[in-house]
Amino acid sequence: MNYKDTLMNGEQGVFKPDSLTPLQKVTLRAVVVGLLYYGLAAIEGMLMRAAQITPIDALNNEHFFSIMTVHPIVGIFGSTYMIVFGAFTFLVPYLMKKPLYSIKIANATWMMIGGGTLLAWLAGFIYQYAPLYTLYWPLPVDFKQFSLIGGAMFVIGIAIIMVGTMLFIINTYATIFYTEKGHKKREVKPLLISAFGIDGVLNLINKMKGKPPYSKEPAVSLPIVAIFRGTVDTFLDALVILSCGILILVYIFAEMGGVSLDYKSIDALLYKNYFWWGLDLIADGLVLIYVAGTWYLLAMMITGKRLFMENIARAALLVELVVSWAVWSHHLLSDQGQPNIMKVVSGEMVTAFELVTQGIAIFITLMTLWRARPLKVTNELKFLLAGMLGFALAVPAGILQADIGLNRILHNTQWIIGPHVHVAILVGLTMTLYAVIYVLFPVLTNGAKLYSQKLADIHFWLHLVGGIGMGAFMGMAGVNGMLRRSMYVEGEYATYMILAGICGLMILVAWFIFMYNVIMSIGIKGLIGIFMPTKLKTTDPIPKEEA
Amino acid sequence: MVDSLDVLFTLKVAYGIYSVLIIALFAWFAYSLVAKHKPRGLIRVPFYGFIAFLVFMGVSVHILTFNKVPWVSMDLKRDGIKADVVFHIVMKDHKYILPRDKMIIECGQKALFELYSDDLTYGFGLFRQDGTMLFQMQVVPGSRNDLLWQFHKNGVYNIRSTEYSGPKGANLMHLKKVVEVRGCDVSEKS
Repeated sequence: MNYKDTLMNGEQGVFKPDSLTPLQKVTLRAVVVGLLYYGLAAIEGMLMRAAQITPIDALNNEHFFSIMTVHPIVGIFGSTYMIVFGAFTFLVPYLMKKPLYSIKIANATWMMIGGGTLLAWLAGFIYQYAPLYTLYWPLPVDFKQFSLIGGAMFVIGIAIIMVGTMLFIINTYATIFYTEKGHKKREVKPLLISAFGIDGVLNLINKMKGKPPYSKEPAVSLPIVAIFRGTVDTFLDALVILSCGILILVYIFAEMGGVSLDYKSIDALLYKNYFWWGLDLIADGLVLIYVAGTWYLLAMMITGKRLFMENIARAALLVELVVSWAVWSHHLLSDQGQPNIMKVVSGEMVTAFELVTQGIAIFITLMTLWRARPLKVTNELKFLLAGMLGFALAVPAGILQADIGLNRILHNTQWIIGPHVHVAILVGLTMTLYAVIYVLFPVLTNGAKLYSQKLADIHFWLHLVGGIGMGAFMGMAGVNGMLRRSMYVEGEYATYMILAGICGLMILVAWFIFMYNVIMSIGIKGLIGIFMPTKLKTTDPIPKEEA
Repeated sequence: MVDSLDVLFTLKVAYGIYSVLIIALFAWFAYSLVAKHKPRGLIRVPFYGFIAFLVFMGVSVHILTFNKVPWVSMDLKRDGIKADVVFHIVMKDHKYILPRDKMIIECGQKALFELYSDDLTYGFGLFRQDGTMLFQMQVVPGSRNDLLWQFHKNGVYNIRSTEYSGPKGANLMHLKKVVEVRGCDVSEKS
């Protein structure tokens, strides 16, 4: 095939969008939109990186901070939520060998998350609404700085994302628990016990007592346990964000109606606790749990073997349930009104247990791989290892800053956002997601061929080196006093920012290379075909002939 | 006396060494996974020993800083410590209202910075002339925002807001050379 044919029809013309099942199509739609939003977040990131090197006339303060406000919305919700939800929408029925509860709900999910993200982004782009994702009270209702319409658009956009998130949750739980036609009634109790990981704990207790295991064959496979558990946090997080959104909307609509509500009626510290409790369920709850589950799944798919120490893994996911609900105070270690007991217990001690839960996940995954060696060098293996490395770097950085003494000199510096946040998201989370994309690519496309392994290799190294490098240089600037969420106009930290900018550029280039490789693999016609109505009328996850 | 520069240097070295080691470990592991011959394991890692190590590391960092970083215990016990000098600072409309143009602190004095925000959530940080941070805290409206600090070096410090308060506060609300410590035998390097 010549270049033009490959560009239009994909590598060797193998990919046929008409052969996709409804579930494959809805999954691919979410992943494609998620990847596009990832690119947008990367471009936004580079714009901000450039402005940190030298002030850009076209990027005034209002514009800069509106980009900073929408950057995590696009990156976390528009991209990560979209890709993760898309993948899980496919994996739950695929692993449970039963149809998805509703394809319509799955389509509504990606459309609402995508649409909500676009609306929130437009609020930043057009109206420069810029209270940042933290929404510290009363900044989101400071109408001397922000427009009412921009605020309303932003909050409604986030609310739509959260409703889309709720739809995903409903669809996931319904798929786990419902009894499909022609199947004998599935009992809810064993499913619930298994989905929470309680059977893992009971198996361990019975083993210690010398009794036979509580359940030899758990009702729910381990990745489903992780999805179920992570989704509990996703639900609580959505509730918190929605309720804060409603509060802000009340102030906005009252102002529009000519009534200025007193922002002092809301206790700013209490609000901060409530909001961080919910927001932290993303970072320390669902991300870590979803990621652990994804590592387990990848390890099993790569090795073709059962997971090492499965009962421990199940029990650890249950422990993470408690841990993730009780760690939010590490975000308030610099708030002097926060009670000391909460700083020490929640902020320091419980948070330290994330080192343990992540350590368990890394240990089990590595041991599963180790017992199956020698393994082939595959994209999924490389990206999986890099993803684990990302968390092995970022989690200890987080534990260090979750210390009362260190937080006093690190809080809100570039250290927080560099070695911790960006290394966790870009290297840990994103490389794990790339591993999933590579492993599911042939399954979701009915055997489409990757256009270029060389490009996949370049993508891997550019992203890995760029991600770790950017985090490292931001961290060095942070240790030297450079704050996050701030503009430096006198070139104070220019050297670090230039180096971080070069690394950021590597990540952006890596994304372009990856997208080019994907488009050349499935072709432009294939890409468009993903968004066309499904021709196959089946509830099977993949076509029967591919199964 | 340990100050923020010592702690940050230790952090840089410790985390730098850890980063190099963990990257090397993953590189070795990746090589071993795909090597045709089975490489010898360097050490056997017992699972429960590994968990005990993680618990030890997670908890010991806090015990270490409580004992070795002077501002931790002072911060947690500040209710029972009498300050030698108190500065009341108000933040409003992205501006600081300082008690005087220059806040002078004698060496060894315990200075209490009490901040009050009349509108938004701000931050309050003291920075050396080379830009490195001495300390910071959040300034939350309607909340207690006080920080007790003992100074052991001569120096002149800048104030910056360490929290974003909208585009109007984007340039950090930077006040230069408004805090001075004098009377010590040792001075800040810059």
